[in-house]
Amino acid sequence: MAAIPERVHLTMQVNGEAAPVSSAPYKTLLEVLREDLGLTGTKHGCELGECGACTVLVDGQPVLSCLALALECGGRAIETIEGVQRGPDLHPLQAAFADCGGSQCGYCTPGVIMTAKALLARNPAPTRDQIREATAGNLCRCTGYQQITEAIESAATMLRGERP
Amino acid sequence: MNETKKRLDVIGMPRRRVDARSKVTGQLRFADDLALPRMLHAKLLRSPHPHAIVEAVDAEKARQHPSVKLVLTGQDFPVPFGIMPVSVDEYPLARERVRYVGDPVAAVIAVDEQAAVEALALIEVRYQVLRPVSGPQDGLEHPEPRIHDYGEQGNIHRNQAYEFGDVDEALRNADFVAEDLFFYEGNTHLPMEQQASLAFLDQDGKLQISSSTQNPHYLHRQLARVLQVPESRIRVIATPNGGGFGGKCDPGGHEFVVCKAALVLGRPVKIGLTREEVFYVHRGRHPVLLKMKTGVTKEGKLTGMHLQTLLDGGGYGSHGPASTFYTGVLTPVTYHYPRFKFEACRVFTNKPACGPKRGHGTPQPRFGQEVQLDKIAERLGMDPLELRLKNLTKAGDLTASWLRVGSTGLEDCLRKVGEMSSWKAQHGKLEKGRGVGLACSTYMSGAGVAIYWNKMPHSGVQVLLDRSGTVVVYCGATEIGQGSDDVLAAIVAETLGVDTGSVRVVSGDTGITPVDLGSYSSRVTIMAGNAAVQAAERLRASLAAAVCETLGTLPDRVVFSQGKVFAADNAGAGMSFVEAVTMAEAQLGTLSAVGSYSPPKPPGRYKGAGVGPSPAYSFSACVVEAEVDERTGWIHVPKIWIAHDIGRALNPVLARGQVIGGVYMGLSEAMMEEQSFRRLPEKLSGALVHRAPSMLDYKSLTALDMPEVEVALIEDPDPNCPYGAKEVGQGPLLPVMPALANAIFDAVGVRVDEIPVTPDKVLRALEAKAAGKAARVGPESYPSVPYPEPIFVLPPWEGGDGNESRKGGEKRAAAAMV
Repeated sequence: MAAIPERVHLTMQVNGEAAPVSSAPYKTLLEVLREDLGLTGTKHGCELGECGACTVLVDGQPVLSCLALALECGGRAIETIEGVQRGPDLHPLQAAFADCGGSQCGYCTPGVIMTAKALLARNPAPTRDQIREATAGNLCRCTGYQQITEAIESAATMLRGERP
Repeated sequence: MNETKKRLDVIGMPRRRVDARSKVTGQLRFADDLALPRMLHAKLLRSPHPHAIVEAVDAEKARQHPSVKLVLTGQDFPVPFGIMPVSVDEYPLARERVRYVGDPVAAVIAVDEQAAVEALALIEVRYQVLRPVSGPQDGLEHPEPRIHDYGEQGNIHRNQAYEFGDVDEALRNADFVAEDLFFYEGNTHLPMEQQASLAFLDQDGKLQISSSTQNPHYLHRQLARVLQVPESRIRVIATPNGGGFGGKCDPGGHEFVVCKAALVLGRPVKIGLTREEVFYVHRGRHPVLLKMKTGVTKEGKLTGMHLQTLLDGGGYGSHGPASTFYTGVLTPVTYHYPRFKFEACRVFTNKPACGPKRGHGTPQPRFGQEVQLDKIAERLGMDPLELRLKNLTKAGDLTASWLRVGSTGLEDCLRKVGEMSSWKAQHGKLEKGRGVGLACSTYMSGAGVAIYWNKMPHSGVQVLLDRSGTVVVYCGATEIGQGSDDVLAAIVAETLGVDTGSVRVVSGDTGITPVDLGSYSSRVTIMAGNAAVQAAERLRASLAAAVCETLGTLPDRVVFSQGKVFAADNAGAGMSFVEAVTMAEAQLGTLSAVGSYSPPKPPGRYKGAGVGPSPAYSFSACVVEAEVDERTGWIHVPKIWIAHDIGRALNPVLARGQVIGGVYMGLSEAMMEEQSFRRLPEKLSGALVHRAPSMLDYKSLTALDMPEVEVALIEDPDPNCPYGAKEVGQGPLLPVMPALANAIFDAVGVRVDEIPVTPDKVLRALEAKAAGKAARVGPESYPSVPYPEPIFVLPPWEGGDGNESRKGGEKRAAAAMV
């Protein structure tokens, strides 16, 4: 059996930019994002893929970064909460979460916003039930989910260019 | 309040909270997001035994690990801590005894987490295993071995009894007495953020810790005590909490460990607890067994209540002395009980310590009280809503136990929720399998007494102002997600007539902010808020004095509104807020003001009267709709209506969020959350272990499970509260659990007198009903608890003065002689 290398080198596309990383091979994508790239907007809550706080997009799909090895992500496009903002302005999802009360303590918020972004990319006009189903993997202990659902609905309206 | 300004510009307007942007962009730094150069990492070794003597800790091998910088054990911490002065019973690392599976025994500080984990495995601990106490009844039956060498006796931590008027007589004179047993299982806060802390020595060599704590002030005091460092050489910064719910109120062993390590090593030391560890730290809802006897007349008037509670305290005191009181003291606030007797006992057990979770000690008796009222209404053939209306306390009332009710909107809440839910058309009238249930509750807007006895203010605020027009608010209050920073910003902005964008809030930092006791007991809005009003009004008075001559008016005729300062009778003229500040700074020098708040003295004067009083109580009424599948017992909740008496909603977006969030947490614990334990088989040590120390096993409601919640905010400003705003963080959780149990009865005619209400229990009750037995699942017996002789106090309407009454004692002595 070949010895496990102490560090591995890989390059991911993170928020549209090449991010070369050299890290221990056992590190998860979550750990590499937070510890090696300083992108602490992505959170952790359970260490076993249950809470959704660590959700990021990998090639546009929501992925629990605590369950993905960074090694698997070489060459892939990663999007984190830090890449969502539009220059100095908030993305409509971010603005809607802020305005509708979709974020209380804010800890689950980055993960939910990433999940919602993927949902709206494949379904620009989701029903409330579709929103609830899409976000059912993101636990939130503060809001009771209602204002999160309302925020995503409101953002979808904005993104479709309709008046809310 | 300024007479010239009736209209509010900021307060009451739906508004983006001041910290929203940092939360939706991921910029907000929680404790575990912090890092410093040369930072080391700490990990804790935790006990695998629920109860054992620590005979020896051999850490030599761990110390020799090349990446390890320090190993700490109980010997490094000779001084104990405890949030309540009467329960200082815990060491950062266990010294001679471990009291639950997960009790920390040693700590490794290493260059990275991985090395620290490796080194933990090198520490050898020799334990002498003791018999674990599995629950309060077990603890009563087995006074030995004692878990602690203090407390009432044996394994009883707290034991108390109060009687307000002769309750036996009140029950004898009733037309009937409802007698019920209830059980409320423990559950935990499960904040999304696990606790984390980073400690280091600052550039002056002083200790600084950033930590996910709700109570930086209490942590500060305990750090000084345990580490024997003067308080002036410690600075505690409460990082924004990723949810608290009471779980981050107690100081944690990990906080002392990183501080001690930083002091020894002179390097930054960080720790982040795993989710499993958060389940062990716990301090959550106490499991409580309740016995409740209530006298009722045939007209549906309550004559008195005798309430007994038995709490499973877990391994340490924590907030337990207060929790014990709270399993009774707020019970008589919603309805008028002419007489009230309350006995409570908290037993130490070998499980993680219980403490304050949202609602602190009150959801358990509230559940019993509101389910029992539903049973009473059924027995009387009376609408449960009418029964409640008949017995409400009134504004300004004293309770039999000498609590001052203050303002109450409970009648409005009941009528509103009845209307929203079409109660009269629904209750008892839906098809089989569907039902609605009603319940009410109340909660304190801040505890009237501090955790440690002192005569100082409960909250302080400083407001600074300069020619830039920037308003900076300093306050020790802690943002735990509930919106305390937004409350401070809104109140100061409103008072000075600016928008919240001009206000910067600096909070939760014991190095630079005035003392606020912390984010617990729903105290921040009213206490920090009142202090903020005072500070801002003082500043406004200075500004008004400085500009009134220019405006050609009297100081009290100067209006501050929407960034403008003008004379009340000449709104067209005037100046900008910045011009007013500039003028005042030129005349008066640097501009700043402080405000402070102390709650009013409670009316009760007997020993123990300090727990329960509050400057104001919030009230809620809630209707839950439930559908029950009679074949499986499966419960579906399609809709919840709730009306909450908030006094005034400072920011309706946040207020509504607090209400829905409270309802969610209540429903989740009503339906599924359980912090429960099991014994391993004897051949595997017989230890008492947590059933579900992970999010995979500890279930909570998801977005898919959560019903729509329709919220009504009842707004009638309370004179004791800032701009009239009462609490909203805890109250709306409390009626949900009994409302669900009552809805299940309305749906399928069975009583589940236990929380959580799970499908298996509903099914068992349905099977019992089908077999012609009592259609009920719940506790069957109440153990013999050696409650003490009660402290007897006469109710206000029986000539009492709020003191313990010798008369009652004499009467009992006479009765005993007969």
